[in-house]
Amino acid sequence: MTESVVWLTIFVLSVFVGVEVISKVSSTLHTPLMSGANAIHGVILIGAILVAGTADSTGALVVGLTAVVLATLNMVGGFVVTDRMLEMFSVRKKPAARAEGEESA
Amino acid sequence: MTPTWVQLAYLLAAVCFIVALKALSSPRTARRGNLIGAAGALIACVVVFWERDDLEHVTPILIAIAIGAVVGAVGARRVKMTQMPQLVALFNGVGGGAAALVALLELDTLVPVADSVEEFTLAATAFTIIVGSVSFSGSMVTFAKLQELMTGRPVIFNGLPLAFGATLLVTLGLSVVIVLDAALWIGVAICLLGLVLGILLVLPVGGADVPIVISLLNAFTGLSVAAGGYILENTLLLVGGTLVGASGTFLTKLMASAMGRSLPNILFGALKGGSTLGGGEVSDRPVKSMTPDDVAILLGYAERAIIVPGYGLAVAQAQHSLRELVDMLGERGVRVDYAIHPVAGRMPGHMNVLLAEAQVPYDQLIEMDSINGDFKNADVVLVVGANDVVNPAARTTPGAPIYGMPILNADDAKQIVFMKRSMRPGFAGIENELLFDPKTSLLFGDAKDSMGKLLNAVKAL
Repeated sequence: MTESVVWLTIFVLSVFVGVEVISKVSSTLHTPLMSGANAIHGVILIGAILVAGTADSTGALVVGLTAVVLATLNMVGGFVVTDRMLEMFSVRKKPAARAEGEESA
Repeated sequence: MTPTWVQLAYLLAAVCFIVALKALSSPRTARRGNLIGAAGALIACVVVFWERDDLEHVTPILIAIAIGAVVGAVGARRVKMTQMPQLVALFNGVGGGAAALVALLELDTLVPVADSVEEFTLAATAFTIIVGSVSFSGSMVTFAKLQELMTGRPVIFNGLPLAFGATLLVTLGLSVVIVLDAALWIGVAICLLGLVLGILLVLPVGGADVPIVISLLNAFTGLSVAAGGYILENTLLLVGGTLVGASGTFLTKLMASAMGRSLPNILFGALKGGSTLGGGEVSDRPVKSMTPDDVAILLGYAERAIIVPGYGLAVAQAQHSLRELVDMLGERGVRVDYAIHPVAGRMPGHMNVLLAEAQVPYDQLIEMDSINGDFKNADVVLVVGANDVVNPAARTTPGAPIYGMPILNADDAKQIVFMKRSMRPGFAGIENELLFDPKTSLLFGDAKDSMGKLLNAVKAL
């Protein structure tokens, strides 16, 4: 198997996993889920660190560091804002769980 | 060659992302899921410094990370819950921008050795630059629309489809040139063209559809991060980006169908002449208005009341007074529930978050499908700051922008009271027939102000 095919395999399998894991989401959670996924693609920070760390000119370093700042904003901000949204759900989780039984009755 | 243990750490981080997405789709595990995702990201960020021992500029990089982290965390903590959708758009946009910049720098290092680089790698580089910049500028336009820095209505000018098509063709042409004969200036050119494309793509999208476009751009950023992973030969970027790209696309489809819309319709509907384009005009037809005291009597002596909250409620910061009102009615023996439309607020699920912030018990929030049959038993429906989600035009007027969107059957109730600031139409920009129904009365005024008066009037009953 050539290396490109390995990459392609990883890509295709990830597509299926990506769709499968969220296929049963309730509409209440659409916003936090979008926000959480948004934070996950902040992992581009790894790429930004790699290119900034191998920059060989001042111009490249400036662009690389800009990418690092932007990617960190995406990642950290994304996880924090998602947590803030979900915090509100979890506070009332216990009473809600009990009431669910009455609801369906 | 990347050391094996680093590869394994990346695998662990990738598993964390998968588990995180899975956990985020259920209310019980969602918060933990988000933390697991953050843990995965943290592992990756620490490990990357060992991936290559030739990394330089470590100190400035750490400073840059610190700046991004502080600004991101403080921004995310401070923002008002009503402004959350635009913050998500902003974070998504900067992620796309970062991906485009990374690909540009990588192109810079690939150019001198372009002859030995596979064509597919160059194509992936062009893809990352274009999609990353589309996501960046598109997200900035959605941010401006939601933040009301510009009009939320579709912006269309003559020749917009032509301009979009031409820009797209030139961009694709230049991408082919990059693959055949790589040069940095072409990379910069497609980056700029990508920015133009992003703006042209989002301008014609109208108000209510903006959240769906944010979700779509989120998926775009994911895909560009995935392509970036291929260029940098980093499995974690590939897996993480693809996961978000795939789940984001699927989520976009779910959101669109919750609103009874299709994606092509959202993106290009306005170009075809008016899909999301309501007149936005104020009618001078007569309506029945009521005083807070009248409404208090209606509510106070009802057996069953249903509240339909909308974005206007949150903007006026009246959700706390609303909860007090509902508590008070509950003490009087009135059965009160909140009917939550899937897209109430600015994003699916947004209203649940806003009401949860005001300490409304989760079990009083009833989803549309469960409560729609119950409206006919309701003595009063109180619509606070909502409009489009109870507009019967969605059922009856095939030409209307919201036609086909599932709505709350508020019109089945015995009495309907709208709390509105003015007769201005909702986000979709169309008139609501229900306002002129004989069963309907209006309580004009700022939602917070009216809610205060209503509270006092109920207290005095």
